Amino acid sequence: MRFKVASIATLLTVVVLAGVGCRKKIVDPFPASGAVAGWEKSGKTQSYDAANLWQYIDGGAEQYIGAGVVGVSTSDYKFQGSLEATVDVYTMKSADGAKTIFDADPPTADSKSVPLGDAGRLYGQSVVFRKGPSLVRITAFDAVPGESDALMALAHGIEGKL
Amino acid sequence: MQSRREFVKEMVAGAAVLGAGADLAWGETSAAKKSRVVIVRDAKLRTPGPAPDEKRVAALLDHAMQTCFNAQNPVQPWKQIVRPGQVVGLKLNSLGRMLSPSVALVATICERLQQAGIKAGDIIVWDRGSRELEAAGFKLSNAPGAVRFIGSDTAGYEDAAVRYGSVTTRLAKVLTQCDVVINMPVLKNHNIIGVTMAMKNMYGVIDNPSTMHGSACNPYIADLNMVPQIRQRVRFVVGDMMTAVYEGGPSYRPEYAWNENGLIVGEDQVAIDTTCAGIVERKRAEKGLPTLEQKGTPITYLATAADAQHRLGTNDPARIALIERRIA
Repeated sequence: MRFKVASIATLLTVVVLAGVGCRKKIVDPFPASGAVAGWEKSGKTQSYDAANLWQYIDGGAEQYIGAGVVGVSTSDYKFQGSLEATVDVYTMKSADGAKTIFDADPPTADSKSVPLGDAGRLYGQSVVFRKGPSLVRITAFDAVPGESDALMALAHGIEGKL
Repeated sequence: MQSRREFVKEMVAGAAVLGAGADLAWGETSAAKKSRVVIVRDAKLRTPGPAPDEKRVAALLDHAMQTCFNAQNPVQPWKQIVRPGQVVGLKLNSLGRMLSPSVALVATICERLQQAGIKAGDIIVWDRGSRELEAAGFKLSNAPGAVRFIGSDTAGYEDAAVRYGSVTTRLAKVLTQCDVVINMPVLKNHNIIGVTMAMKNMYGVIDNPSTMHGSACNPYIADLNMVPQIRQRVRFVVGDMMTAVYEGGPSYRPEYAWNENGLIVGEDQVAIDTTCAGIVERKRAEKGLPTLEQKGTPITYLATAADAQHRLGTNDPARIALIERRIA
């Protein structure tokens, strides 16, 4: 009897863990302060799932929901104490969803493809890349000399944690 | 360069527009009248620094308001919008961190309202979320006797739902506390509805905006603006076009942002949104992007807002008296 109960408990545990494993988890890809030279994590990580994504990007949420977003984690950073940036890491159900969002953004005259994840693009004040089901957008709020190099360094730091 | 005669002619026509229509709802246009929309730009707005200069922002506002109302001083227009004793709300759109009404602009309006006889404690600057307000540079405050800065998430929503057409929603308590609302949107592309400006900003005064984005927000936007508690209060639009986005909106996307360095003002929200749609389309064309319709985000809510059922204003460019000015 005791063996039977233990077996059922084990089976239930396996089923529960399998269920958890099947879910897309929202990872924590944010480098700690100092992990990427010059960058400090200046804000707490905030997370939104598909149901409350509108609270973060009202009006913009539907595009992500249509592409199968699971959730987004976001945090603010500062470079050398001055340049402010926000990092958004969207977790999609599949890599196709990340590609859908990535491809929806048209290149600009000053943008260029960069070697990040499965595909990346660097703009003047932002960098966007996708890796598997993750879509990462880093947006800086000022234009400063050397900004592109700084953004790329942070992007590589995030890519390494995905 | 506009001649003085043309300028005066425009002013007289504009005065006729603003002085007419006593039997119409605010913002509603009769068939014979044109809706006046004023845009003022300042090419030197960002001198000496990269951010808009506070004094130039104030001058921009005064120029726009005086042009719109054919007024001789900066306070006179506000006296036509508000009366002493009224509670006045400034409904911001501070969702995007870099795409919020300028702090200097809000401060100048608060100053003008007080000069027009509104008590500081009767002015409420608000938006949906306290966090967004703070991120936009506004310090939250609910101190009595001073201008209040508050988010609807803090102040709460009415218990009873209101309904109009497709819309069933609960209104922000801040809205219902106000006698008059100044709508202060920011010009943005929107990946569902094409362009978002004045009318869509009312999504920030309800508790369930996420349920109203289907079918390109149509007829939700028009229906929402028909809710009497909203329609009766929203008296004027001061739209911030200092920084705008032509693609990737409504979020701030620096790669698609540009400095229009201007303000747009008027009382006809449909006319303002129609004008702004044209501005975004022109910028998209300049950047070599497809039209919003070609992109699959045609602006459908404007026609609904202007139709016979809603009559919120006009989307017919022939019925919009657009006045554009440049400072410097």
